[in-house]
Amino acid sequence: MFDRRLIQYFDWVLLALTAVLLGIGLMTLYSAVLADEIAPQKILFYKQLIWAGGGCGIMIICFVFNYKLLDKYFILIYVTCILLLVLVLIIGKHVGGSQRWLALGPFSIQPSEFIKIGIIVVLARYYSRVMNAGGLTLKELIYPVGLVGLPFLLIVKQPDLGTALLLALIAGTMTLFVKIERRTLLGIIVLGATVVPLVGSFLKEYQKQRILTFLNPDRDPLGAGYHIIQSKIAIGSGMLTGKGYRAGTQNALSFLPEQHTDFIFSVLAEEWGLAGSGILLVLFLVLLMWGLNIAHSCRDPFGTLMAVGITGMLFWEIFINIGMVMGLMPVVGVPLPLISYGGSSTLKVMMAIGLLLNISMRRFQFE
Amino acid sequence: MLGWISLVFAVLFGRLFYLTVIEGTELRRLSENNCIRLQRIDAPRGLIFDRNGKLLVDNRPSYDVAVIPKDAHPLDETLEKLAGHLELPVEELREKSKTKRRPPAYKPVVISEDVDRDTLAVVAAHGFELPGVVVQVKPRRQYLTHQSAAHILGYLGEINARELKSGKFPNLRSGDSIGKFGTEKTFDHFLRGERGGRQVEVNAAGQVVRVLQTVDFKPGYNIYLAMDADLQRRAEMLLEGVAGAVVAMDPNNGRILALASSPTFDQNAFVSGLSRAVWTHLQTHPLRPMQNRAIQGEYPPGSTYKIITALAALEEGVCDETTTTFCPGFLRYGDRTYRCWKRGGHGHVNVRMALERSCDVFFYQMGQKLGVERLAWYAKAAGLGTLSGIDLDHESPGLVPGNIWKQKRFGKPWMGGETLSVAIGQGYNLTTPIQLAGMITAIANGGTRYAPSIVSRIETAQGGRVFTAESRILGTLPVKARNLQIVREGLSLVVQGKRGTARGYRLPEMAYSGKTGTSQVFSHKRGEPRRDDEKPYHLRPHAWFVAFAPNENPRIAVAVVVEHGEHGSGAAAPVAREIIRTYLKTGKTAPGLMAGIPSENNRP
Repeated sequence: MFDRRLIQYFDWVLLALTAVLLGIGLMTLYSAVLADEIAPQKILFYKQLIWAGGGCGIMIICFVFNYKLLDKYFILIYVTCILLLVLVLIIGKHVGGSQRWLALGPFSIQPSEFIKIGIIVVLARYYSRVMNAGGLTLKELIYPVGLVGLPFLLIVKQPDLGTALLLALIAGTMTLFVKIERRTLLGIIVLGATVVPLVGSFLKEYQKQRILTFLNPDRDPLGAGYHIIQSKIAIGSGMLTGKGYRAGTQNALSFLPEQHTDFIFSVLAEEWGLAGSGILLVLFLVLLMWGLNIAHSCRDPFGTLMAVGITGMLFWEIFINIGMVMGLMPVVGVPLPLISYGGSSTLKVMMAIGLLLNISMRRFQFE
Repeated sequence: MLGWISLVFAVLFGRLFYLTVIEGTELRRLSENNCIRLQRIDAPRGLIFDRNGKLLVDNRPSYDVAVIPKDAHPLDETLEKLAGHLELPVEELREKSKTKRRPPAYKPVVISEDVDRDTLAVVAAHGFELPGVVVQVKPRRQYLTHQSAAHILGYLGEINARELKSGKFPNLRSGDSIGKFGTEKTFDHFLRGERGGRQVEVNAAGQVVRVLQTVDFKPGYNIYLAMDADLQRRAEMLLEGVAGAVVAMDPNNGRILALASSPTFDQNAFVSGLSRAVWTHLQTHPLRPMQNRAIQGEYPPGSTYKIITALAALEEGVCDETTTTFCPGFLRYGDRTYRCWKRGGHGHVNVRMALERSCDVFFYQMGQKLGVERLAWYAKAAGLGTLSGIDLDHESPGLVPGNIWKQKRFGKPWMGGETLSVAIGQGYNLTTPIQLAGMITAIANGGTRYAPSIVSRIETAQGGRVFTAESRILGTLPVKARNLQIVREGLSLVVQGKRGTARGYRLPEMAYSGKTGTSQVFSHKRGEPRRDDEKPYHLRPHAWFVAFAPNENPRIAVAVVVEHGEHGSGAAAPVAREIIRTYLKTGKTAPGLMAGIPSENNRP
């Protein structure tokens, strides 16, 4: 029953890349949580160790079974995800004005992270059936819009605009990959160009202000704008080779907000300079290219689409996070894959890597 | 797709190169001392004025000396020097400089709050040898009225953990002040304003080198109360030395002209944190100065309740304006004797005369015929036993008793004799001064019940109108105009009549109406009829007086209660008369305030 080719084709490069990135993450996190001399938060480091260990377990689970089973059980996955999102809105923890977390004893999980994988699976299944050379028609787009729209709205309700936006970006990436009929695409563009200004005119003044601040954090010099300035100082002050491991000064809690989650890249860049952060960028680039390669070499459209979706997800998270901390992007709370502290994010990325390994090692199987 | 990814990464690399190499040197310099910092600028809280624009509450600048621990190197030496200048023990400074909360090595820690100008000058002059020592200017609340209107204006306090967690104050953090009582609390969101701040670059000693960006604060809105500060002051002076309350309302819209509660307290003591001794004193004081008796004090209404009984009896047809009963000085009911306050009796009285003389027997009979449920219905319709809806916290509802209530409370059915007590305002009845003021307001204006309001308008710091109070109508008295008129004539006789219980408190210039009341703290035991003034203080009855003036087109309605003041005509009526006189400015204040005619007739 066991096919020896599964070992022969196992993707050791991807596994090694993941291990290296995870290691860099833990190392940087250790420095970040110990930076505050008055009240070090070593507990966060140990927690993340547990998450990383759990992530490895989940990764293994995600590559031992044949990913084609997902095609069969997609409805179960989707419904579970939606139920979790609804549950969050009912019994979720309130933290800082939003409700995103489900408490599980000492740990808490963020179901909106896992819905990203769920959406990748259901969209891959649907598109693998309808994709054709001419591109998707408007009618064929209605179903996926509904599939994504429901969790999207549930996440907006929390509210967690960053994650909702990311969900839309992942879905958009996959949709554009399978191509849209030219006529339909044009129609969508024209529709978008007319609807957006129309919606804008209905917004209240404070809502407009909020959107403008989101797009340009400099408008909020006491909040987001201040964080971005501090982050830019941290990154830039690293110069070529950095200040040395655990020698960062911007790292102190009051200067970088969330330095162990969203701003972890700034901590790394301050300590390792252009050299260190450049290497991290290269590693990410290799990871993404590897993902595309897996998509390319998979001969099963469902597998290809899943690999595209996962690579797209990683791409957007990396781009938005690093772009934000360098002051190129709006301030959105998106964690940096494999580097940032965070249980749900880590588990989700490890799940995604596991699925990539799964698709990669079964690329010889086809009917 | 590969192309897109490569392009994006090229941009990220470019940006990274730009920050670390091209801007690197400058950003390294800025990072050395964590040079870019945020300074908050507190918004001044809105001012509070009275109806005539007289300033009651404002802000004064206060100077706090603070230390930024990271800049104050060497910290110990700096603290020692600072301790010398401030004339405080250095241990105290060390203790304070150790922050309780987590991070803020770069955040100023306040060492000495609200220092005087001399100390400030010393600290400023030695600034160069005190690295990391900063002086912060903060607006601090100042109550200009000195204890006057303390219960209306209220006070501020530091926001507590529970309030922070409640989510009602998203822009506040621990250490901030919010309104905790009175207008300061109810209208906190108008008064508060929005904090501003600025990004500054500092040098190694923590001094500001340049300001990078500023966000302007938004000052809080100014509030104009409906209250007349002079009238309020007068009411408080009249209550000096006794426990009690005065509520004066404009009968045409329900605005509160004065709302005094005695004894009172000094809100300025709350501004910079109350000392334990002061707090304990306020909490354990037998007369409870923190209690706002005008809206929290619950007392039996005494004979002022006869207004309700009279209205109910007329409206229900139990009597008409000509119905006469005979008062021999008592009424036998079952095996008990219910006395009239006048032992010799009032003889033949009709409803107008019964109000004028406050004849208990007449109202015993009316109560008996009406039954407790009908009485309760009219009492509730006049706003008794329910919250008036005034925009101040901690209002007490009072109590209108009935059969269901008694079953629930005591598990026993209502007894007929208890109806007699209720009909003259004794027994289980409980009312607050604001409720009785609301009732007499409705009588005065022909039946409209207004929600009392303490604010007349709210303006921005620049004078733009934010809010204008409109009179809110709660309902109307369910009585015919004719019946209301009969009761009003009775109430006028109370003051103007030959045998009125308040005839000693007329105003020579003007006819007005009122009703006296005496609420028993303790019922007379049979066989020991004691004179009230021989009783110990805490067992003496409370004195009530409700009034409106003038009789035609009334402009003020007043309710006065004086705790243990013995009877309404003696203790409460002169206060009410003075309030009316002051407000309508119809004459000079009488030299002898209590100069009523002492006669055997000045009971209820």
